[in-house]
Amino acid sequence: MELAVRCQNLQKRYGDVVAVDGLSFEVRRGECYGLLGPNGAGKTTTIEILEGLLTPDGGDVEVLGHYWKTDEQQLRQRLGVQLQETQFTDKLTVEETLRLFRSFYDRGKTVEELLALVELESKRRSWVVKLSGGQKQRLSIACALAGDPDLLFLDEPTTGLDPQSRRQLWDILTRFRAAGGTVVLTTHYMDEAETLCDRVAIVDHGHVIAEDTPKNLIAALAAPKVVVHEGTLEDVFMSLTGRHLREE
Amino acid sequence: MTGEPQRRATYPPILELTLARLREFVREPEALFWTFFFPIVMSVAMAIAFPAGGAQTVRVGIAPGSGSDALRQSLSSARDVIVKDVPPHDQLRALRNGEVHMIVEPGNPPTYRFDPMRDESRLARLVVDGALKGAAGRQEPWRAKEDLIAIPGSRYVDWLIPGIISLGIMNNGLWSIGFMTVQARLRKLLKRLAASPMRRRDYLIAPVLARLVFLGPEVAVPLVFGAMAFGMPIRGGFISIALVAIFGALMWGALGLLMGSRARTFEAASGLMNMMSVPMWVLSGVFFAASNFPDAVQPFIQLLPLTALVDALRAVVLEGASLASIWDELAIMAGWTVVPFAIALKIFRWR
Repeated sequence: MELAVRCQNLQKRYGDVVAVDGLSFEVRRGECYGLLGPNGAGKTTTIEILEGLLTPDGGDVEVLGHYWKTDEQQLRQRLGVQLQETQFTDKLTVEETLRLFRSFYDRGKTVEELLALVELESKRRSWVVKLSGGQKQRLSIACALAGDPDLLFLDEPTTGLDPQSRRQLWDILTRFRAAGGTVVLTTHYMDEAETLCDRVAIVDHGHVIAEDTPKNLIAALAAPKVVVHEGTLEDVFMSLTGRHLREE
Repeated sequence: MTGEPQRRATYPPILELTLARLREFVREPEALFWTFFFPIVMSVAMAIAFPAGGAQTVRVGIAPGSGSDALRQSLSSARDVIVKDVPPHDQLRALRNGEVHMIVEPGNPPTYRFDPMRDESRLARLVVDGALKGAAGRQEPWRAKEDLIAIPGSRYVDWLIPGIISLGIMNNGLWSIGFMTVQARLRKLLKRLAASPMRRRDYLIAPVLARLVFLGPEVAVPLVFGAMAFGMPIRGGFISIALVAIFGALMWGALGLLMGSRARTFEAASGLMNMMSVPMWVLSGVFFAASNFPDAVQPFIQLLPLTALVDALRAVVLEGASLASIWDELAIMAGWTVVPFAIALKIFRWR
Protein backbone atom coordinates (compact mmCIF):
# COMPACT_ATOMS: atom_id res chain seq x y z
CA MET A 1 0.00 0.00 0.00
CA GLU A 2 1.15 3.50 -0.79
CA LEU A 3 2.59 5.42 2.13
CA ALA A 4 1.61 8.91 3.23
CA VAL A 5 4.47 9.25 5.72
CA ARG A 6 7.61 7.27 6.22
CA CYS A 7 10.07 8.27 8.89
CA GLN A 8 13.10 6.29 9.83
CA ASN A 9 15.40 6.62 12.80
CA LEU A 10 14.52 10.28 13.41
CA GLN A 11 16.86 12.21 15.73
CA LYS A 12 16.47 15.69 17.19
CA ARG A 13 18.22 17.26 20.14
CA TYR A 14 18.05 20.71 21.72
CA GLY A 15 21.41 21.24 23.37
CA ASP A 16 21.76 18.46 25.89
CA VAL A 17 18.10 17.43 25.70
CA VAL A 18 17.31 14.61 23.31
CA ALA A 19 13.74 15.25 22.13
CA VAL A 20 13.50 12.55 19.48
CA ASP A 21 15.72 9.50 19.73
CA GLY A 22 15.61 7.06 16.82
CA LEU A 23 11.92 7.30 16.10
CA SER A 24 10.47 5.33 13.16
CA PHE A 25 6.98 4.71 11.84
CA GLU A 26 4.94 4.60 8.65
CA VAL A 27 1.50 5.98 7.86
CA ARG A 28 -0.56 4.52 5.03
CA ARG A 29 -2.72 6.57 2.68
CA GLY A 30 -6.22 7.01 4.02
CA GLU A 31 -5.24 6.11 7.51
CA CYS A 32 -5.67 8.03 10.75
CA TYR A 33 -2.47 7.60 12.72
CA GLY A 34 -2.05 8.74 16.31
CA LEU A 35 1.08 9.63 18.24
CA LEU A 36 0.18 9.06 21.84
CA GLY A 37 2.32 9.97 24.79
CA PRO A 38 2.83 12.23 27.79
CA ASN A 39 3.96 15.85 27.52
CA GLY A 40 7.63 16.04 26.67
CA ALA A 41 7.68 12.65 24.94
CA GLY A 42 8.72 14.24 21.64
CA LYS A 43 5.33 14.18 19.88
CA THR A 44 5.33 17.85 18.87
CA THR A 45 8.96 17.77 17.74
CA THR A 46 8.19 14.72 15.63
CA ILE A 47 5.13 16.18 13.97
CA GLU A 48 6.92 19.50 13.30
CA ILE A 49 9.69 17.58 11.56
CA LEU A 50 7.07 15.86 9.42
CA GLU A 51 5.51 19.28 8.69
CA GLY A 52 8.87 20.57 7.48
CA LEU A 53 9.06 23.19 10.23
CA LEU A 54 12.03 21.56 11.95
CA THR A 55 15.05 19.90 10.40
CA PRO A 56 15.98 16.60 12.04
CA ASP A 57 19.56 16.04 13.21
CA GLY A 58 19.42 12.58 11.71
CA GLY A 59 17.10 10.11 10.01
CA ASP A 60 14.93 10.09 6.90
CA VAL A 61 11.55 11.65 6.32
CA GLU A 62 9.39 11.07 3.28
CA VAL A 63 5.96 12.71 3.02
CA LEU A 64 3.56 11.80 0.21
CA GLY A 65 6.53 10.35 -1.63
CA HIS A 66 8.48 13.65 -1.47
CA TYR A 67 11.38 15.00 0.54
CA TRP A 68 11.33 18.37 2.29
CA LYS A 69 14.75 19.29 1.00
CA THR A 70 13.78 19.13 -2.65
CA ASP A 71 10.01 19.55 -2.88
CA GLU A 72 9.03 21.96 -0.10
CA GLN A 73 6.70 24.20 -2.10
CA GLN A 74 4.96 21.24 -3.75
CA LEU A 75 4.49 19.51 -0.40
CA ARG A 76 3.06 22.57 1.33
CA GLN A 77 0.35 22.78 -1.31
CA ARG A 78 -0.82 19.29 -0.39
CA LEU A 79 -0.59 19.39 3.40
CA GLY A 80 -2.97 20.76 6.00
CA VAL A 81 -1.40 21.82 9.27
CA GLN A 82 -2.87 22.70 12.62
CA LEU A 83 -0.34 23.71 15.27
CA GLN A 84 -0.66 23.96 18.99
CA GLU A 85 -1.39 27.47 20.25
CA THR A 86 -1.70 29.35 16.97
CA GLN A 87 -3.51 32.60 17.66
CA PHE A 88 -4.95 34.11 14.53
CA THR A 89 -5.15 37.89 14.19
CA ASP A 90 -7.65 39.17 16.78
CA LYS A 91 -9.27 41.85 14.67
CA LEU A 92 -9.78 39.94 11.46
CA THR A 93 -13.09 38.19 10.92
CA VAL A 94 -13.48 34.46 10.46
CA GLU A 95 -14.19 34.96 6.77
CA GLU A 96 -11.21 37.28 6.25
CA THR A 97 -8.89 34.82 7.97
CA LEU A 98 -10.12 31.95 5.81
CA ARG A 99 -9.88 34.05 2.68
CA LEU A 100 -6.26 34.85 3.53
CA PHE A 101 -5.31 31.21 4.04
CA ARG A 102 -7.26 30.08 1.02
CA SER A 103 -5.32 32.53 -1.16
CA PHE A 104 -2.08 30.63 -0.47
CA TYR A 105 -3.31 27.49 -2.21
CA ASP A 106 -3.50 26.78 -5.93
CA ARG A 107 -6.60 24.64 -5.49
CA GLY A 108 -9.07 23.95 -2.75
CA LYS A 109 -12.50 24.55 -1.36
CA THR A 110 -14.24 27.90 -1.53
CA VAL A 111 -14.40 30.01 1.62
CA GLU A 112 -18.12 29.31 1.62
CA GLU A 113 -17.57 25.54 1.62
CA LEU A 114 -14.99 25.82 4.37
CA LEU A 115 -17.34 27.83 6.57
CA ALA A 116 -20.03 25.18 6.08
CA LEU A 117 -17.58 22.36 6.73
CA VAL A 118 -16.68 23.64 10.21
CA GLU A 119 -20.12 25.10 10.91
CA LEU A 120 -18.96 28.67 11.34
CA GLU A 121 -21.32 30.31 8.82
CA SER A 122 -23.08 32.26 11.56
CA LYS A 123 -19.72 33.57 12.82
CA ARG A 124 -18.31 34.62 9.48
CA ARG A 125 -18.35 38.33 10.35
CA SER A 126 -17.16 37.91 13.94
CA TRP A 127 -13.68 38.99 14.90
CA VAL A 128 -11.43 36.11 15.89
CA VAL A 129 -11.02 37.62 19.37
CA LYS A 130 -14.77 37.12 20.00
CA LEU A 131 -14.76 33.37 19.27
CA SER A 132 -14.96 30.64 21.90
CA GLY A 133 -12.15 28.12 22.27
CA GLY A 134 -14.02 25.52 20.24
CA GLN A 135 -14.84 28.00 17.48
CA LYS A 136 -11.21 29.13 17.30
CA GLN A 137 -10.11 25.52 16.96
CA ARG A 138 -12.65 24.93 14.19
CA LEU A 139 -11.33 28.00 12.39
CA SER A 140 -7.85 26.58 12.73
CA ILE A 141 -9.01 23.29 11.18
CA ALA A 142 -10.76 25.16 8.39
CA CYS A 143 -7.49 26.99 7.61
CA ALA A 144 -5.75 23.61 7.56
CA LEU A 145 -8.35 22.29 5.13
CA ALA A 146 -8.27 25.37 2.88
CA GLY A 147 -6.08 23.74 0.21
CA ASP A 148 -8.06 20.49 0.14
CA PRO A 149 -5.04 18.62 1.54
CA ASP A 150 -4.19 14.96 1.00
CA LEU A 151 -2.62 14.79 4.43
CA LEU A 152 -3.64 16.60 7.59
CA PHE A 153 -1.34 17.10 10.59
CA LEU A 154 -2.99 17.92 13.90
CA ASP A 155 -1.07 18.65 17.09
CA GLU A 156 -3.27 18.05 20.12
CA PRO A 157 -6.39 19.23 18.32
CA THR A 158 -8.79 18.99 21.23
CA THR A 159 -6.64 19.91 24.23
CA GLY A 160 -8.58 22.28 26.47
CA LEU A 161 -11.89 21.94 24.62
CA ASP A 162 -15.24 21.12 26.20
CA PRO A 163 -16.80 17.72 25.34
CA GLN A 164 -19.23 19.15 22.80
CA SER A 165 -16.52 21.01 20.90
CA ARG A 166 -14.37 17.87 20.88
CA ARG A 167 -17.24 15.90 19.43
CA GLN A 168 -17.75 18.53 16.71
CA LEU A 169 -14.08 18.38 15.81
CA TRP A 170 -14.12 14.60 15.65
CA ASP A 171 -17.07 14.80 13.25
CA ILE A 172 -15.12 17.16 10.97
CA LEU A 173 -12.18 14.74 10.93
CA THR A 174 -14.43 11.77 10.25
CA ARG A 175 -15.86 13.58 7.22
CA PHE A 176 -12.36 14.47 6.02
CA ARG A 177 -11.35 10.81 6.21
CA ALA A 178 -14.51 9.64 4.51
CA ALA A 179 -13.42 11.79 1.54
CA GLY A 180 -10.13 9.87 1.42
CA GLY A 181 -7.89 12.12 3.53
CA THR A 182 -4.99 10.89 5.66
CA VAL A 183 -4.58 12.20 9.22
CA VAL A 184 -1.60 12.22 11.57
CA LEU A 185 -2.41 13.55 15.01
CA THR A 186 -0.83 13.78 18.43
CA THR A 187 -2.89 13.52 21.56
CA HIS A 188 -2.71 12.59 25.17
CA TYR A 189 -6.38 11.70 25.33
CA MET A 190 -7.05 7.96 25.29
CA ASP A 191 -10.63 8.20 24.15
CA GLU A 192 -9.61 10.45 21.27
CA ALA A 193 -7.05 7.92 20.04
CA GLU A 194 -9.51 5.06 20.48
CA THR A 195 -12.27 6.88 18.61
CA LEU A 196 -10.31 8.39 15.74
CA CYS A 197 -7.18 6.38 15.07
CA ASP A 198 -6.73 3.27 12.97
CA ARG A 199 -3.30 2.78 14.41
CA VAL A 200 -1.47 4.31 17.33
CA ALA A 201 2.19 4.68 18.21
CA ILE A 202 2.92 5.07 21.87
CA VAL A 203 5.82 7.49 22.22
CA ASP A 204 7.95 7.91 25.31
CA HIS A 205 11.38 9.50 25.75
CA GLY A 206 11.63 10.20 22.04
CA HIS A 207 10.96 6.78 20.61
CA VAL A 208 8.10 4.47 19.76
CA ILE A 209 7.60 1.90 22.50
CA ALA A 210 4.55 0.20 20.96
CA GLU A 211 2.55 0.41 17.75
CA ASP A 212 -0.70 -1.28 16.70
CA THR A 213 -4.43 -0.72 16.43
CA PRO A 214 -5.93 0.56 19.67
CA LYS A 215 -7.88 -2.67 19.97
CA ASN A 216 -4.87 -4.94 19.62
CA LEU A 217 -2.81 -2.85 22.01
CA ILE A 218 -5.51 -3.09 24.60
CA ALA A 219 -5.96 -6.81 24.09
CA ALA A 220 -2.25 -7.52 24.29
CA LEU A 221 -1.08 -5.15 26.94
CA ALA A 222 -3.82 -3.81 29.19
CA ALA A 223 -3.31 -5.70 32.40
CA PRO A 224 -6.58 -7.46 33.19
CA LYS A 225 -7.73 -5.73 36.30
CA VAL A 226 -10.88 -6.06 38.28
CA VAL A 227 -13.67 -7.50 36.17
CA VAL A 228 -15.84 -4.36 36.02
CA HIS A 229 -13.06 -2.43 34.27
CA GLU A 230 -12.56 -2.83 30.56
CA GLY A 231 -9.02 -2.35 29.28
CA THR A 232 -8.08 1.07 27.83
CA LEU A 233 -5.04 2.64 26.22
CA GLU A 234 -4.31 4.20 29.56
CA ASP A 235 -3.74 0.71 30.93
CA VAL A 236 -1.53 -0.09 27.95
CA PHE A 237 0.66 2.89 28.67
CA MET A 238 0.75 2.03 32.37
CA SER A 239 1.88 -1.50 31.70
CA LEU A 240 4.57 -0.31 29.29
CA THR A 241 6.05 2.45 31.39
CA GLY A 242 4.70 2.07 34.89
CA ARG A 243 3.54 5.69 34.66
CA HIS A 244 0.30 7.43 33.97
CA LEU A 245 0.00 9.17 30.59
CA ARG A 246 -0.73 12.64 31.80
CA GLU A 247 1.95 12.79 34.44
CA GLU A 248 4.21 15.74 33.82
CA MET B 1 -21.75 26.16 -7.57
CA THR B 2 -23.58 29.24 -6.49
CA GLY B 3 -24.27 32.27 -8.60
CA GLU B 4 -21.55 34.48 -7.16
CA PRO B 5 -18.19 32.90 -7.86
CA GLN B 6 -16.59 36.33 -8.34
CA ARG B 7 -17.33 37.55 -4.84
CA ARG B 8 -16.05 34.35 -3.34
CA ALA B 9 -12.78 34.20 -5.18
CA THR B 10 -9.76 35.32 -3.24
CA TYR B 11 -7.22 37.88 -4.36
CA PRO B 12 -3.56 36.92 -4.90
CA PRO B 13 -1.75 36.20 -1.61
CA ILE B 14 0.27 39.42 -1.62
CA LEU B 15 -2.94 41.44 -1.86
CA GLU B 16 -4.77 39.38 0.76
CA LEU B 17 -1.82 39.82 3.12
CA THR B 18 -1.78 43.57 2.49
CA LEU B 19 -5.53 43.80 3.06
CA ALA B 20 -5.20 41.84 6.30
CA ARG B 21 -2.54 44.26 7.46
CA LEU B 22 -4.67 47.29 6.56
CA ARG B 23 -7.73 45.87 8.30
CA GLU B 24 -5.72 45.16 11.39
CA PHE B 25 -4.40 48.72 11.33
CA VAL B 26 -7.68 50.58 10.84
CA ARG B 27 -9.28 48.51 13.57
CA GLU B 28 -6.75 49.93 16.07
CA PRO B 29 -7.99 53.46 16.81
CA GLU B 30 -4.81 54.35 18.71
CA ALA B 31 -2.68 53.59 15.69
CA LEU B 32 -4.77 55.92 13.55
CA PHE B 33 -4.53 58.67 16.14
CA TRP B 34 -0.76 58.57 16.32
CA THR B 35 -0.40 58.45 12.58
CA PHE B 36 -2.51 61.49 11.76
CA PHE B 37 -2.76 63.71 14.80
CA PHE B 38 0.72 63.49 16.21
CA PRO B 39 2.31 65.48 13.35
CA ILE B 40 -0.31 68.21 13.69
CA VAL B 41 0.07 68.43 17.46
CA MET B 42 3.84 68.64 17.01
CA SER B 43 3.59 71.37 14.40
CA VAL B 44 1.20 73.45 16.50
CA ALA B 45 3.39 73.11 19.57
CA MET B 46 6.42 74.17 17.58
CA ALA B 47 4.58 77.08 16.03
CA ILE B 48 3.67 78.35 19.48
CA ALA B 49 7.18 77.92 20.81
CA PHE B 50 8.78 79.60 17.81
CA PRO B 51 6.38 82.29 16.58
CA ALA B 52 6.66 82.87 12.89
CA GLY B 53 5.96 86.61 12.82
CA GLY B 54 7.31 89.57 14.81
CA ALA B 55 10.70 90.11 16.37
CA GLN B 56 11.92 88.14 19.32
CA THR B 57 11.24 89.99 22.59
CA VAL B 58 14.10 90.77 24.92
CA ARG B 59 13.52 90.21 28.63
CA VAL B 60 15.67 92.37 30.88
CA GLY B 61 16.00 92.15 34.65
CA ILE B 62 16.74 95.34 36.57
CA ALA B 63 18.58 95.16 39.87
CA PRO B 64 17.35 97.52 42.62
CA GLY B 65 19.40 100.57 43.56
CA SER B 66 19.51 104.28 42.94
CA GLY B 67 18.96 104.97 39.28
CA SER B 68 16.91 101.83 38.68
CA ASP B 69 13.79 103.93 38.02
CA ALA B 70 15.55 105.84 35.26
CA LEU B 71 16.82 102.59 33.73
CA ARG B 72 13.35 101.11 33.77
CA GLN B 73 11.93 104.16 32.06
CA SER B 74 14.55 104.23 29.29
CA LEU B 75 14.14 100.51 28.59
CA SER B 76 10.35 100.37 28.75
CA SER B 77 10.07 102.79 25.84
CA ALA B 78 12.39 100.64 23.67
CA ARG B 79 10.87 98.33 21.10
CA ASP B 80 10.43 94.61 21.92
CA VAL B 81 11.84 94.92 25.42
CA ILE B 82 10.14 93.55 28.54
CA VAL B 83 11.45 94.83 31.85
CA LYS B 84 11.31 93.00 35.16
CA ASP B 85 12.62 93.82 38.64
CA VAL B 86 14.91 91.12 39.93
CA PRO B 87 16.26 91.24 43.54
CA PRO B 88 20.01 90.47 43.88
CA HIS B 89 19.62 87.01 45.45
CA ASP B 90 17.35 85.90 42.60
CA GLN B 91 19.49 86.97 39.66
CA LEU B 92 21.22 83.69 38.89
CA ARG B 93 18.03 81.70 39.07
CA ALA B 94 16.15 84.11 36.80
CA LEU B 95 18.99 83.96 34.25
CA ARG B 96 19.26 80.21 34.43
CA ASN B 97 15.54 79.67 33.86
CA GLY B 98 15.47 82.09 30.98
CA GLU B 99 13.03 84.35 32.83
CA VAL B 100 15.31 87.21 31.87
CA HIS B 101 18.04 87.24 29.25
CA MET B 102 20.25 89.71 31.10
CA ILE B 103 20.47 91.75 34.25
CA VAL B 104 21.20 95.50 34.28
CA GLU B 105 22.58 96.97 37.50
CA PRO B 106 22.21 100.75 37.80
CA GLY B 107 25.43 102.73 38.16
CA ASN B 108 27.60 105.02 36.19
CA PRO B 109 28.26 103.28 33.91
CA PRO B 110 25.67 100.54 34.46
CA THR B 111 26.73 96.86 34.67
CA TYR B 112 25.46 94.26 32.20
CA ARG B 113 25.33 90.73 33.63
CA PHE B 114 24.75 87.97 31.05
CA ASP B 115 26.09 84.70 29.69
CA PRO B 116 27.72 85.36 26.30
CA MET B 117 27.25 81.71 25.35
CA ARG B 118 23.54 82.31 24.97
CA ASP B 119 22.40 83.87 21.73
CA GLU B 120 19.35 85.54 23.24
CA SER B 121 21.55 87.12 25.95
CA ARG B 122 23.95 88.57 23.39
CA LEU B 123 20.97 89.93 21.47
CA ALA B 124 19.60 91.44 24.69
CA ARG B 125 22.91 93.13 25.37
CA LEU B 126 22.88 94.84 21.95
CA VAL B 127 19.29 96.02 22.28
CA VAL B 128 19.74 97.26 25.85
CA ASP B 129 23.03 98.99 25.08
CA GLY B 130 21.49 100.83 22.13
CA ALA B 131 18.42 101.85 24.08
CA LEU B 132 20.35 103.13 27.11
CA LYS B 133 22.92 105.03 25.09
CA GLY B 134 20.15 106.54 22.99
CA ALA B 135 18.36 107.65 26.16
CA ALA B 136 21.65 109.10 27.42
CA GLY B 137 21.74 111.30 24.36
CA ARG B 138 24.04 109.45 21.96
CA GLN B 139 23.84 110.83 18.48
CA GLU B 140 23.47 108.25 15.75
CA PRO B 141 25.85 108.98 12.84
CA TRP B 142 23.06 107.87 10.53
CA ARG B 143 20.00 105.69 10.58
CA ALA B 144 19.71 102.92 8.00
CA LYS B 145 16.53 102.54 6.03
CA GLU B 146 14.92 99.28 7.14
CA ASP B 147 13.19 97.09 4.59
CA LEU B 148 11.29 94.56 6.71
CA ILE B 149 10.09 91.50 4.84
CA ALA B 150 8.99 87.98 5.78
CA ILE B 151 10.08 85.21 3.43
CA PRO B 152 7.80 82.21 3.70
CA GLY B 153 9.96 79.13 3.54
CA SER B 154 12.85 80.62 5.43
CA ARG B 155 11.20 80.58 8.84
CA TYR B 156 11.83 77.90 11.42
CA VAL B 157 8.31 76.55 11.17
CA ASP B 158 8.61 76.05 7.40
CA TRP B 159 11.86 74.25 7.87
CA LEU B 160 10.45 72.18 10.70
CA ILE B 161 7.32 70.75 9.09
CA PRO B 162 9.08 68.57 6.48
CA GLY B 163 11.29 67.35 9.32
CA ILE B 164 8.29 66.35 11.39
CA ILE B 165 6.71 64.61 8.41
CA SER B 166 9.93 62.64 7.94
CA LEU B 167 9.95 61.76 11.61
CA GLY B 168 6.38 60.49 11.25
CA ILE B 169 7.29 58.33 8.26
CA MET B 170 10.17 56.90 10.29
CA ASN B 171 8.16 56.21 13.43
CA ASN B 172 5.16 54.74 11.68
CA GLY B 173 7.29 52.48 9.53
CA LEU B 174 9.59 51.28 12.26
CA TRP B 175 7.14 50.82 15.09
CA SER B 176 4.00 49.61 13.35
CA ILE B 177 5.84 47.05 11.23
CA GLY B 178 8.33 46.04 13.91
CA PHE B 179 5.66 45.52 16.55
CA MET B 180 3.12 43.75 14.36
CA THR B 181 5.85 41.33 13.31
CA VAL B 182 6.87 40.56 16.88
CA GLN B 183 3.22 40.16 17.85
CA ALA B 184 2.61 37.66 15.05
CA ARG B 185 5.70 35.76 16.19
CA LEU B 186 4.59 35.70 19.84
CA ARG B 187 1.16 34.45 18.83
CA LYS B 188 2.77 31.62 16.79
CA LEU B 189 1.02 32.99 13.73
CA LEU B 190 4.32 33.26 11.86
CA LYS B 191 4.96 29.59 12.45
CA ARG B 192 1.52 28.70 11.16
CA LEU B 193 2.06 30.82 8.05
CA ALA B 194 5.45 29.20 7.50
CA ALA B 195 3.68 25.84 7.47
CA SER B 196 1.44 27.02 4.62
CA PRO B 197 2.56 27.42 1.01
CA MET B 198 2.60 31.22 1.44
CA ARG B 199 5.70 32.71 -0.17
CA ARG B 200 7.72 34.19 2.64
CA ARG B 201 8.74 37.18 0.58
CA ASP B 202 5.04 38.09 0.16
CA TYR B 203 4.57 38.22 3.92
CA LEU B 204 7.44 40.67 4.26
CA ILE B 205 6.41 42.87 1.33
CA ALA B 206 2.76 43.15 2.40
CA PRO B 207 3.19 45.39 5.48
CA VAL B 208 5.44 47.72 3.51
CA LEU B 209 2.79 48.00 0.79
CA ALA B 210 0.13 48.56 3.42
CA ARG B 211 2.16 51.48 4.76
CA LEU B 212 1.92 53.20 1.38
CA VAL B 213 -1.87 53.32 1.59
CA PHE B 214 -1.82 55.67 4.57
CA LEU B 215 1.19 57.58 3.42
CA GLY B 216 -0.94 60.00 1.39
CA PRO B 217 -2.90 61.49 4.28
CA GLU B 218 0.08 61.12 6.59
CA VAL B 219 2.13 63.49 4.44
CA ALA B 220 -0.67 65.64 3.05
CA VAL B 221 -2.32 66.50 6.38
CA PRO B 222 0.70 68.27 7.93
CA LEU B 223 1.63 69.88 4.60
CA VAL B 224 -1.83 71.33 4.08
CA PHE B 225 -1.97 72.32 7.73
CA GLY B 226 1.38 74.08 7.38
CA ALA B 227 0.27 75.86 4.22
CA MET B 228 -3.03 77.03 5.69
CA ALA B 229 -1.99 77.86 9.24
CA PHE B 230 1.49 79.29 8.60
CA GLY B 231 1.50 80.10 4.90
CA MET B 232 4.26 77.57 4.39
CA PRO B 233 5.20 77.45 0.71
CA ILE B 234 4.86 74.14 -1.12
CA ARG B 235 7.11 74.71 -4.11
CA GLY B 236 7.60 71.10 -5.21
CA GLY B 237 5.21 69.30 -7.50
CA PHE B 238 2.90 66.54 -6.37
CA ILE B 239 4.92 63.83 -8.09
CA SER B 240 8.28 64.74 -6.59
CA ILE B 241 6.87 65.06 -3.07
CA ALA B 242 4.97 61.78 -3.44
CA LEU B 243 8.04 60.00 -4.76
CA VAL B 244 10.26 61.17 -1.92
CA ALA B 245 7.60 60.14 0.61
CA ILE B 246 7.25 56.71 -1.02
CA PHE B 247 11.01 56.19 -0.99
CA GLY B 248 10.99 57.12 2.69
CA ALA B 249 8.09 54.83 3.58
CA LEU B 250 9.61 51.86 1.75
CA MET B 251 12.93 52.47 3.48
CA TRP B 252 11.49 52.67 6.99
CA GLY B 253 9.26 49.69 6.26
CA ALA B 254 12.29 47.63 5.32
CA LEU B 255 14.18 48.85 8.40
CA GLY B 256 11.15 48.05 10.59
CA LEU B 257 11.13 44.51 9.18
CA LEU B 258 14.83 44.18 9.89
CA MET B 259 14.40 45.38 13.48
CA GLY B 260 11.55 42.92 14.00
CA SER B 261 13.11 40.04 12.09
CA ARG B 262 14.59 38.18 15.06
CA ALA B 263 13.10 39.72 18.22
CA ARG B 264 11.10 37.37 20.41
CA THR B 265 9.80 40.06 22.78
CA PHE B 266 8.46 43.59 22.46
CA GLU B 267 11.23 44.76 24.79
CA ALA B 268 13.93 43.39 22.53
CA ALA B 269 12.30 44.94 19.47
CA SER B 270 11.82 48.37 21.08
CA GLY B 271 15.41 48.32 22.28
CA LEU B 272 16.61 47.77 18.73
CA MET B 273 14.28 50.36 17.25
CA ASN B 274 15.24 52.99 19.82
CA MET B 275 18.89 52.25 19.29
CA MET B 276 18.36 52.87 15.60
CA SER B 277 16.04 55.87 15.68
CA VAL B 278 16.90 57.98 18.74
CA PRO B 279 20.37 59.02 17.52
CA MET B 280 18.75 60.14 14.27
CA TRP B 281 16.28 62.37 16.10
CA VAL B 282 19.37 64.34 17.10
CA LEU B 283 21.81 63.82 14.23
CA SER B 284 19.61 64.03 11.15
CA GLY B 285 18.63 67.66 11.39
CA VAL B 286 14.94 67.35 12.19
CA PHE B 287 14.84 70.07 14.85
CA PHE B 288 18.08 71.90 14.20
CA ALA B 289 20.42 71.87 11.25
CA ALA B 290 22.69 68.85 10.97
CA SER B 291 25.42 71.29 9.88
CA ASN B 292 25.87 72.15 13.58
CA PHE B 293 27.87 68.94 13.91
CA PRO B 294 31.61 68.95 13.13
CA ASP B 295 32.82 68.39 9.59
CA ALA B 296 34.48 65.14 10.56
CA VAL B 297 31.17 63.40 11.22
CA GLN B 298 29.27 64.98 8.29
CA PRO B 299 29.87 62.12 5.82
CA PHE B 300 28.44 59.71 8.38
CA ILE B 301 25.43 61.94 9.10
CA GLN B 302 24.71 62.38 5.40
CA LEU B 303 24.50 58.60 4.98
CA LEU B 304 21.91 58.14 7.73
CA PRO B 305 18.49 57.11 6.43
CA LEU B 306 16.63 59.88 8.24
CA THR B 307 19.05 62.57 7.03
CA ALA B 308 18.51 61.49 3.43
CA LEU B 309 14.73 61.60 3.84
CA VAL B 310 14.66 64.96 5.68
CA ASP B 311 17.03 66.62 3.21
CA ALA B 312 15.17 65.28 0.18
CA LEU B 313 11.76 66.27 1.52
CA ARG B 314 12.92 69.77 2.48
CA ALA B 315 14.49 70.22 -0.92
CA VAL B 316 11.36 69.30 -2.86
CA VAL B 317 8.85 71.00 -0.56
CA LEU B 318 10.66 74.25 0.25
CA GLU B 319 12.88 74.75 -2.78
CA GLY B 320 10.93 72.89 -5.42
CA ALA B 321 14.08 70.91 -6.18
CA SER B 322 13.99 68.59 -9.16
CA LEU B 323 14.28 64.85 -8.67
CA ALA B 324 17.54 64.92 -10.58
CA SER B 325 19.06 67.26 -8.00
CA ILE B 326 18.26 64.92 -5.10
CA TRP B 327 19.34 61.72 -6.79
CA ASP B 328 22.01 61.07 -4.13
CA GLU B 329 19.45 61.18 -1.31
CA LEU B 330 17.15 58.91 -3.31
CA ALA B 331 20.04 56.51 -3.92
CA ILE B 332 20.88 56.43 -0.21
CA MET B 333 17.24 55.67 0.58
CA ALA B 334 17.09 52.93 -2.04
CA GLY B 335 20.17 51.37 -0.50
CA TRP B 336 18.61 51.51 2.96
CA THR B 337 15.56 49.74 1.48
CA VAL B 338 17.04 46.93 -0.56
CA VAL B 339 19.83 45.83 1.77
CA PRO B 340 17.78 45.72 5.01
CA PHE B 341 14.94 43.95 3.20
CA ALA B 342 17.28 41.29 1.83
CA ILE B 343 18.87 40.78 5.24
CA ALA B 344 15.46 40.63 6.94
CA LEU B 345 14.25 37.99 4.48
CA LYS B 346 17.40 35.98 5.09
CA ILE B 347 17.46 36.08 8.89
CA PHE B 348 13.71 36.29 9.59
CA ARG B 349 12.68 34.07 12.50
CA TRP B 350 9.43 32.28 11.66
CA ARG B 351 9.05 30.46 14.98
